Amino acid sequence: MSARLRGYALFAGVAALFLVVAPLALPAFRLDELAKYLCFAIAALGIGLAWGQGGMLTLGQGVFFGLGGYAMGMYLKLHDADGDLPDFMVWSGVEKLPALWKPFESPVFAVAAVVLVPVVIATLLGVLVFRQRVRGAYFAILTQALAAAFVILLVGQQGLTGGTNGLTNFYDFFGQDPEADATQRRMYFVAAIVLGVLYLLARQLVKSRFGRLLVAVRDGEDRVRFLGYNPATVKTITFAISAGMAGIAGALFVPVVGIISPSLLDVVPSLELVVAVAIGGRYTLAGAVLGAVAMNYAKTSFSEQWADGWLYLEGALFIGVMTLAPRGAVGVYEQVRDAIARRRKPVPAPSTASEVPA
Amino acid sequence: MESLLNQLPVGLSIGAVLLLIALGLTFTFGQMGVINMAHGEFIMAGAYTAYMLQDWFHGQAVIVALPVAFVVAGTLGWILERAAIRHFYGRPLDTLLLTWGVSLVLQQAARDLFGAPNVQVTAPSWLSGRVELLGGNLPYARLFIMGLAAACVVGIWAYMNRSRQGRRMRAVMQNRELAAVSGVATGRVDQLTFFIGSGLAGVAGVALTLIGPVGPSLGTYYIVDAFLVVVAGGLGQLRGAVIAALALGMLNSYGEFWTDASLAKVIVFVVIVGFLQVRPQGLFVLRSRALT
Repeated sequence: MSARLRGYALFAGVAALFLVVAPLALPAFRLDELAKYLCFAIAALGIGLAWGQGGMLTLGQGVFFGLGGYAMGMYLKLHDADGDLPDFMVWSGVEKLPALWKPFESPVFAVAAVVLVPVVIATLLGVLVFRQRVRGAYFAILTQALAAAFVILLVGQQGLTGGTNGLTNFYDFFGQDPEADATQRRMYFVAAIVLGVLYLLARQLVKSRFGRLLVAVRDGEDRVRFLGYNPATVKTITFAISAGMAGIAGALFVPVVGIISPSLLDVVPSLELVVAVAIGGRYTLAGAVLGAVAMNYAKTSFSEQWADGWLYLEGALFIGVMTLAPRGAVGVYEQVRDAIARRRKPVPAPSTASEVPA
Repeated sequence: MESLLNQLPVGLSIGAVLLLIALGLTFTFGQMGVINMAHGEFIMAGAYTAYMLQDWFHGQAVIVALPVAFVVAGTLGWILERAAIRHFYGRPLDTLLLTWGVSLVLQQAARDLFGAPNVQVTAPSWLSGRVELLGGNLPYARLFIMGLAAACVVGIWAYMNRSRQGRRMRAVMQNRELAAVSGVATGRVDQLTFFIGSGLAGVAGVALTLIGPVGPSLGTYYIVDAFLVVVAGGLGQLRGAVIAALALGMLNSYGEFWTDASLAKVIVFVVIVGFLQVRPQGLFVLRSRALT
């Protein structure tokens, strides 16, 4: 089998696992949890694109996740309120619907905003930052500061955003009860299919000329510039795409979990997403996705057993991965595969895995 | 107009706290390029050192704790450098993630050792008064922190510019290979630099006990702002850090005064991104012919 065919067969196998086996084998409660992990995986896919392929360590994906989530939540809240003010606004003494909320009465606007608001903000930030060649650690710190500022803003503007509680208590999701098992099941399929489609699109992007350029920017930005390309454009576009993915993930998260709140978007959850990508293997998109699912699964099941221990385990896991296997689980797999291949052949074959500087 | 002046000491004192925290980062991040997310936990370690010393020294614990916390946090940093970070030079983004793992472990360890609730450190009685300054009321404790920050700046300046060891440190920062072939033991310089940078975090932690309670997540409140100070000031630039910390303190204080606390943070962020349009590498840049 050619490598390409094998890739598609693998994808089909994983897709079948998620679309057929998991819904049949898992109870409704666990399936709903898996749907949540898939939402995180969509955001992780964006990080894999921006960080793994483009070398932009973005520590503020929670912001874009949140923008998508709040856009969806605002529409649902207004739909539930049916012309009145959403419940939390009444509690915080707001008397008139704020102008910011007005357009979200339209479902079309809300769904468009899920993607467009993160993309526009990421583009704006990208243009300002990348054009000035702010990169590496500076960029990482700026995105982290963005996440911190965003969360403080959300918490502070209680009447506008629901404060610490965020937006919750949704009763009607496009004509369905979001709590019902059947809806949850449907949401799972939606999340899985969206993830699959975005994964294929992202893979296509990585394989295209643009993808080559992106990796080239990661490995030698100045050389790319001397060849006549503009690295800032390449990075801005990629950053915007990854922000759009995070927005979609956030929007799906709202009906799946039933809440969007600042604590889900803070510095720590944003970092945890990056951690998941690193553990899965940042240099492949599949590594990013699988890392996010596995990591969140581990977190849930471990916290159920021994809540305090999770932080130790997460920290230790992370230190171990960064020191011993910076290419993550996928990297370990590739090393083992190459080692076996070498043993089979008497003459050591050159490694097929592309060498990536750490 | 009078209330405008009132905000000045508030901004100064926020700036002094930021400066104390950022001073350590100008060593570890600025000189060595290590983004140490565990810096916040070294601050916490310093604060808990003061808390522990309270059993023996009661009201004067804070004063005794200053040098002790420097050594405690510095030793923690030294261990971290030896055990992990030295394998990561030249990969700043990876150190960020590595040290974040370390910070998770340290936070949970503090929770297990000292309990999750906040604890209080009693300030010395002679720091309990207030002073009239520019029409505003400034607690002595804040004044003490400003003095401490100023003393640290002078000390660091003298170390970096007037001592042999400081000269070696600057040499390693500017050109590691050239320093190594000139006979500087770069590994030893790294250890000492990291020790001092982490130790300063401990000192900052002791100072923080004067203005608030101590908890396992103490460091996380300040770390993001402190990194912004270093970014805005320019890597490894002492005067840059001083100016940036004071400017950020003012911006925070006046931003809160004119809008509210939640918008102030957004304003700070926007101003910094705007500032990087003019000076992408911070206030002061070390001139170099290197490409990146």
